[in-house]
Amino acid sequence: MRQKKPGKIFLVPYVVWIAIFVVAPIVLVLYYSFLDIDGNFTLSNYVNFFTPVYLKMTFSSFYYAFLITLFCLLIAYPTAYLLTKLKHSRLWLMLIILPTWINLLLKAYAFIGIFGTYGAANAFLQVFGIEPKQILFTDFSFIFVAVYIFIPFMILPIYNALEKMNPTLLDASRDLGASSLRTFQKVIVPLTLDGVKSGVQVVFIPALSLFMLTRLIAGNRVITLGTAIEQHFLVTQDWGMGATIAVFLILAMAIIMFVTKNRKRGY
Amino acid sequence: MKALFQTLVVVLILVVGLFFVNHRLNVSEGFSGSDTLTIYNWGDYLDPDLLAKFKEETGLTVVYETFDSNEAMLVKIEQGGTNYDIAVPSEYMINKMIEEDLLLPLDHNKLPNLKHIDPRFMDLVFDPGNQYSIPYFWGTVGIVYNSELLDENIVLEHWDDLWNPKLENEIFLVDSAREVLGFSLNSLHHSLNTTDKEKLIAAKEKLDLLTPNIKAIIGDEMKLLMVNNEAGIGVTWSGDAAEMMWDNEALDYVLPPEGSNIFFDNMVIPKTAKNVEAAHQFIDFMLRPENAAQNAEYIGYSTPNLSALELMDPEIVNDERFYPPDAVVERLEVYENLGKRNLAYYNELFLEFKMHRK
Amino acid sequence: MRKLGLLSKAYLVIVFFILYAPIFYLIYYSFNSGGNMSGFESFTLDYYRDLTENTRLIIIVINTLIIALLSAVISTILGVFGALAIVEVKRNRMKSTLLALNNVLIVSPDVIIGASFLILFTIVGIQLGFTSVLLSHVAFCIPIVVIMVLPKLQEMSPSLVDAARDLGATKRDVLMKVIIPYISPGIFAGFFMALTYSLDDFAVTFFVTGNGFSTLAVEIYSMARMGISLEINALTTIIFIITVIVVLAVYIFTRDKRKKGGTVRS
Repeated sequence: MRQKKPGKIFLVPYVVWIAIFVVAPIVLVLYYSFLDIDGNFTLSNYVNFFTPVYLKMTFSSFYYAFLITLFCLLIAYPTAYLLTKLKHSRLWLMLIILPTWINLLLKAYAFIGIFGTYGAANAFLQVFGIEPKQILFTDFSFIFVAVYIFIPFMILPIYNALEKMNPTLLDASRDLGASSLRTFQKVIVPLTLDGVKSGVQVVFIPALSLFMLTRLIAGNRVITLGTAIEQHFLVTQDWGMGATIAVFLILAMAIIMFVTKNRKRGY
Repeated sequence: MKALFQTLVVVLILVVGLFFVNHRLNVSEGFSGSDTLTIYNWGDYLDPDLLAKFKEETGLTVVYETFDSNEAMLVKIEQGGTNYDIAVPSEYMINKMIEEDLLLPLDHNKLPNLKHIDPRFMDLVFDPGNQYSIPYFWGTVGIVYNSELLDENIVLEHWDDLWNPKLENEIFLVDSAREVLGFSLNSLHHSLNTTDKEKLIAAKEKLDLLTPNIKAIIGDEMKLLMVNNEAGIGVTWSGDAAEMMWDNEALDYVLPPEGSNIFFDNMVIPKTAKNVEAAHQFIDFMLRPENAAQNAEYIGYSTPNLSALELMDPEIVNDERFYPPDAVVERLEVYENLGKRNLAYYNELFLEFKMHRK
Repeated sequence: MRKLGLLSKAYLVIVFFILYAPIFYLIYYSFNSGGNMSGFESFTLDYYRDLTENTRLIIIVINTLIIALLSAVISTILGVFGALAIVEVKRNRMKSTLLALNNVLIVSPDVIIGASFLILFTIVGIQLGFTSVLLSHVAFCIPIVVIMVLPKLQEMSPSLVDAARDLGATKRDVLMKVIIPYISPGIFAGFFMALTYSLDDFAVTFFVTGNGFSTLAVEIYSMARMGISLEINALTTIIFIITVIVVLAVYIFTRDKRKKGGTVRS
């Protein structure tokens, strides 16, 4: 039996925060999604969302978000794993996060310079006799930079999960004659699944709504739901349509959260 | 626990210290006094030396704040929590702001230097009688191209030349619905203020055919990219083109004769202004020929100030690309405020066009 | 067993190289007398000198720091409250609802957060400026702190609390002497991440700022129209060096503590 811990007072400020900064904005977004451009009640935004333009956009957003998340995971997992083996692993982890402190726009500009026809990347390729090619404004550059931006947020939870893992478990597995691969499959992966899941959550959903990079790095070759929201809020001022897309994003988020929910939560 | 507490104390001491330093800086710069004039303008759209000169003349402290789009500026002024004394929106936005009653009427008696402004640029559709706004800079939409990157046989004179199949993957477009649909409309000899859906759809379908030639649809980065020889052609504003040409001599600018957009950025006084008197003083200060000339040479956009033109480098003033002759100016159109619904339609078509490129 | 193979080392080196490449690119050009980020002309320190004279930019940097530090502290406190509250809740349904609501802000697009906060502040009548920016940053940092603290709380065995109780500890004592010390690595991580999110944010601040208050990210964004001056590169260099020093200092400081502190932490 569990006794009550120090009172319910903790609930108060937290719930107040949720009410003001989470529930109220959701209600507002929902409300705006039923308004047309002149502020009258309408369902047309929802009808509009199911036209080919937006469906195509939704599909391509999911496609790119999926690729970004996949590559993030493929690169982040080994990185996190190797980091835990390092001597000053906490320090190295901090150094992984540190680049996020430098302004995103500046880094994007740096990438424009690096990926340019006469930039560092092409100069590097030329050393190996490869002709300069267009890197900027391709799917490759977009996914590369997006992965770059998100990867620290994928490494962090996986690292935490790996670090929590009890090393004796690995020894036990090895003592029982399991190969490294089997140990990895049967012991490490299941135990770090929660970390992977929260990594996927914090990468996939923001990736769905990337904007700015779609223009700076992909030259508007990639149009995501986020780009459309930004357009509607800041350029067209059709807040209703912007809010409608936001409603669908919130729904997508809820579904993803549900799918990646952590099963065990007993204590 | 102890470490937590220590960190908390260190952070709080740091914050207090920063507050103190900030306060000192603000005081030493005069930002927190009452004799201030707050200007809300595009980033780096005013020669800082002129601000210093104004400060010296009037004793007022100038606070210079920046926005990056007309829409962003509107949101801030509409919201009401701000008190800018001067803002510099573009013409279609001025029209909107007048409609929404966000601007103060100007007192022309306090602006004796208004007489220097070219009458061609006064009393335009977006602000009849210049009741609310005074021209600051103007410009056009045209084609920048790099003569060294392009084949010699390629002629760029008309909008239709952009559709040349030899220009595959060579063109940058500005990420702005009205400019892009506008040049397509112009190439079809339609007005760029049309609200006729059939004409707009035709223009959009024509744009779809341009897809193979387009390298990217981008914003201000275009300047950097054109200067770095990333593409041969860019469709952009004249002032941006002028800036690119300063940095890369291979670049040139054409204004297609079948028509284009002429835009204005004008000075206005928002309703929420605190120092209306100083705002008038500042507008008049900027209208003074020597100041307008200095500013125009710093920025690179075209000045509407006739007397200033006489003071400027003749090479700049006689450049027909940026100061086109009357016959050309007559064919240029100012954007009219088409209303929210039509603008939304423009943007929808533009979005569809961007999606088409996949 | 702790030694890494050559391949693993090479892998990490490449990852770190790519992570830092754009930053070193920015730093490299901060010394370029050419005035832009293409074609290095000759070495100069002009931009660093200009920077020291640019009071406006210095004020903005200080603003950014104040906002980041304050919002990180406040959101850490509130976030710890939140995590304690979530653990407290018994009903599973309620718990997952709270968690879902908690995560809304982490995963929402910045534009939506910014726009809805702007509407919110307008309705409530809060002037745009320091207060609105601070409130927004606190708001979107809280869920991150909760996420960082929660796992530590959940892994804590209840028997630890029970044992403390049995030894006659009061509720307050249990909290201050058992729970908080146990979860403090999570609290530090939460604080660190809150700082990260606050410094990194552009879109939300962009919407809710006004009246002479600006942060570095917003300032850089509005500079883009006329081209970003290399003064910003110089500033980035300085910020980068300071951060590296701070991170190293914090690491060494906390490591010493850990050694002296003995065996509390796992």
